[in-house]
Amino acid sequence: MNWDRFFDIPSDLQHSWFGLIGLHLREALLPVLAGLVISLPLAQLCVRFRWLYPPVLWVTTVLYAVPSLAFFVLLIDYTGQTELTVMIPLTVYSLVVLVPAIVDGVRTVPQETLAAAKAMGFGPVRRYVQVQLPIAVPAIIAGLRVATVSSISLVSVGALIGNQGALGNMINDANIYNRPELALNAVLTMAVLAILADGALVAVRLLLTPWMPRRTSRRTTRKADRPDPAAAALEDAVR
Amino acid sequence: MIRIDSVTKRYPDGTVAVDRLSLEIPDRSITVLVGPSGCGKTTTLRMINRMVEPSEGTILLDGVDIQQQPVNTLRRSMGYVIQNAGLFQHRTILDNIATVPRMLGWGKEKSRARARELMERVGLDGALAKRYPYQLSGGQQQRVGVARALAADPPVLLMDEPFSAVDPVVRKGLQDELLRIQEELGKTIVFVTHDIDEAVKLGTMVAVMRTGGHLAQFAPPAELLSHPADAFVEDFLGADRGIRRLSFFPAAGLELLTAPVVPIDATAEQIAAHDTTDAPYLLVTDPDGKPLGWSEPQDLTAGDIKAEELLPCGRPFVPGTDSLRAALDCAVLSPTGWAVAVDADGGRVTGVVSQQTIAEAIRGAHAEGREDDGRPEGPADMKVAG
Repeated sequence: MNWDRFFDIPSDLQHSWFGLIGLHLREALLPVLAGLVISLPLAQLCVRFRWLYPPVLWVTTVLYAVPSLAFFVLLIDYTGQTELTVMIPLTVYSLVVLVPAIVDGVRTVPQETLAAAKAMGFGPVRRYVQVQLPIAVPAIIAGLRVATVSSISLVSVGALIGNQGALGNMINDANIYNRPELALNAVLTMAVLAILADGALVAVRLLLTPWMPRRTSRRTTRKADRPDPAAAALEDAVR
Repeated sequence: MIRIDSVTKRYPDGTVAVDRLSLEIPDRSITVLVGPSGCGKTTTLRMINRMVEPSEGTILLDGVDIQQQPVNTLRRSMGYVIQNAGLFQHRTILDNIATVPRMLGWGKEKSRARARELMERVGLDGALAKRYPYQLSGGQQQRVGVARALAADPPVLLMDEPFSAVDPVVRKGLQDELLRIQEELGKTIVFVTHDIDEAVKLGTMVAVMRTGGHLAQFAPPAELLSHPADAFVEDFLGADRGIRRLSFFPAAGLELLTAPVVPIDATAEQIAAHDTTDAPYLLVTDPDGKPLGWSEPQDLTAGDIKAEELLPCGRPFVPGTDSLRAALDCAVLSPTGWAVAVDADGGRVTGVVSQQTIAEAIRGAHAEGREDDGRPEGPADMKVAG
């Protein structure tokens, strides 16, 4: 291990270390955002039409089981060796976490709160946007934390389709040039990014939910942490 | 006036929640729907703001079918209060109360000013305005619920077991508060409860419903207690309806004795002058005339009466505002069997009355009640606190 060359990024990656971090974040976070945009209406449909939820859950789970490599093979004909080919599977993967998180969150809204909203003349859309979603924020953020952290680790598989893995490409280069410090750099950087992104989401939750009893909020946090995202991210990265 | 006209609610599985119910709910008064669970009282209430749509029949609000206007417009014109308040946990108390005014487009400042006004009206400390629901007690949350329902000043208030989930002491406070607010605002209130005591206490009219959505009796509470329509209503009213009915007879007519009342600094003559045939005990008062306790005359030494050696006199009653029930309760709880009457402002003794005298007054009131047969509004007008 050559520590002096820890930050010496090979030129074939075409980016500086910071450039790779920016690329990595974009490839990881855009899919989560896209997943959220898809999940919000999808989850509302699942709440309104209860029969829809099991098949939706089933489809998202099956899609999650499809290996990313298989996705790349399918997509590469259409989207080529681009970031998009990496981001589409990541978007699909985020649904498996986000849809149940939003559905469960919306369902935790107490019946009497909904009845009160209805009786005050809230229509279905107003009820969803002004009552159900705000109350579901803690659950939604818990879902986003898991989705974000796993997405940050999964981006590295993009290295398989040629230089689309951002920080993950460093692991590939570590192999080619026999420079293990690059792999260590990649793994540590991804872990730090995951931890920072997770912390940022916790901060957002605290900002959005001044109405939560602090004791309960800590309990919710712990529940959300159950598949410890940072640890899961490291495992994924190694895989 | 809300007029429920032979309304039936039948669910797809064939269950009949409400069966051909007809009710005329008078304006500016509290109408209570009471009955065991499954009697359709909540369903009936929810049909008034179309949270549940009737299968048959119509509901008229001031002569107009409620189906005539858009459902959300109808709902915004009716306040709705439910068990556990159903507050928006993500909004401050002030914003919770301002919900309907904001939706009606009153503007932020005007809505909040109105919300503050209502917090005061329902007895909430203004300091709670910026708090969130989880920081409030159950009773306070329920007050917020009432304030929120009143925010846009709707003529109709629907209340679905609003006080069922709070403890008895808080519940009594909320009930008294509701009666006070109603005195000020004069809303048309439809109130659902399973608690017959609550129904009798709050209702101007009480509709007793039985399982299957049938109306068993619709009457003022005093008439309900004196003339239950059938065995079901009688059973539902409970075993002590005779005692409870006494709440509707004022204690003002009781003949009070002042002879057995002596001040603590009484002279030997004052004690000796006491006639023991009427009352075997003397009530000793402090120099201000407030009751201290009972004693037998021979145990009192003029100039040396010790307050701590007297028998306790228990809780006194106020003849002007209390009922015969309160007077009887005082007499029963008093160690001498005599009730102490005091005036409302100072708590000074105005006289004492024996259980016997109260029993005679009860017999008299019942005799009057029987003469009132066919004029059921009689006892209702005599409704007094306590």
